[in-house]
Amino acid sequence: MARIKDSNIQTAIGNVLRYGVYLSLAVSLIGGIFYLKDHGSEKVASKYAHFIEKDDSFFDYLTNVFKGIGNLHGEEIVKLGIIVLIITPTIRVIFSLLGFILEKDKLYIVITLIVLLIIGISVAGGLG
Amino acid sequence: MDVYQFTLLVFFGAVSAGLIGSLTGLGGGVIIIPLLTVLLGVDLHYAIGTALVSVIATSSGSAAAYVREGITNIRMGMFLEIATTIGAVLGTVIAAFAPANLVAILFGFVLIFNGLNSLRKKAEHVQITSSKAATWLKLPSSYPTKEGPVAYGIKNVGGGFSMMSVAGILSGLLGIGSGAFKVIAMDNIMKVPFKVSTTTSNFMMGVTATASAFVYLQRGYIEPGLCMPVVIGVLIGAMLGAKILVKSNPKKLRLFFSVVILLLAINMIYNGFNHKF
Repeated sequence: MARIKDSNIQTAIGNVLRYGVYLSLAVSLIGGIFYLKDHGSEKVASKYAHFIEKDDSFFDYLTNVFKGIGNLHGEEIVKLGIIVLIITPTIRVIFSLLGFILEKDKLYIVITLIVLLIIGISVAGGLG
Repeated sequence: MDVYQFTLLVFFGAVSAGLIGSLTGLGGGVIIIPLLTVLLGVDLHYAIGTALVSVIATSSGSAAAYVREGITNIRMGMFLEIATTIGAVLGTVIAAFAPANLVAILFGFVLIFNGLNSLRKKAEHVQITSSKAATWLKLPSSYPTKEGPVAYGIKNVGGGFSMMSVAGILSGLLGIGSGAFKVIAMDNIMKVPFKVSTTTSNFMMGVTATASAFVYLQRGYIEPGLCMPVVIGVLIGAMLGAKILVKSNPKKLRLFFSVVILLLAINMIYNGFNHKF
């Protein structure tokens, strides 16, 4: 019985990873087309040569992204694609958690929650 | 150069990085960094952010296939992700204080180490006995082969966990998947069969990179104008590489690219010592 459940979880996890990457690629590609249409002929000069540190909270970042998408800003649509990509492994962890709950595997429920907690620290801006 | 040309240049660079990464077994992230910094003059911080995003894309893409085949040890991956995610968050803390030149020098040495490590011969070993800790953590498992499932045991959980923390720190600090260090932790220290080590390492890479990616996103390391062509390019390159590997075992090509990577690494170390970052 446990074996069947294990393979079901494996299929679900595999699908989460696969569709997450597909969705992210599709969104980034659409954003890329808008970005190149609006900014394609601008000069790059030294845009990426000097790093400028920012200090946005993740939720401010998300709010700005959604505002930009409403105005069809290519860069913000690409950012949404990147967010989908970054969130995909986290959704995978949540699926693993559901699997361990179904199997009533207490040890691994705790282990998975610890990993989610550390990702939560990262979302909150890390330790710095 | 306008944005259109730059994007195209980065895109083709990323395709070759993905291709070389899959042919040499080093992964695309580790190659995209010297490509962006040494050849295209991109700041190291942006290069690290971009590489990290591409690591999530390539590892998720390939992990999906391995997980379905049942080779990946999901419990072991989950448990060791505690070590790699803590390491990754620590890595981003170090990155905030470490001078870019020092990071570039460390990156160069890691690249050389990975390159040498990929040339090492790997023997498949299966051992049956397990340590007490491994059994308590339900880590021993089996993996499918043509002759049916092969059961394996696991040893030295503490040693593997420590090595995984180091892999996590390097991943968070340098923007790489640090697959080589993850495989060393499982294959050499915990005595996990090689096939299980490599697929589980791949499986863990996404979560490890995510833990630092959220921090880097907020600090402005992740530039959409760079990430878009890189992520798409690296994925296409990795797929092409996998196709070539199925058809032939390109030994000479492998050696040639290893030399190219070695030269890029030396260039990064040299520039780091000369404070060019």
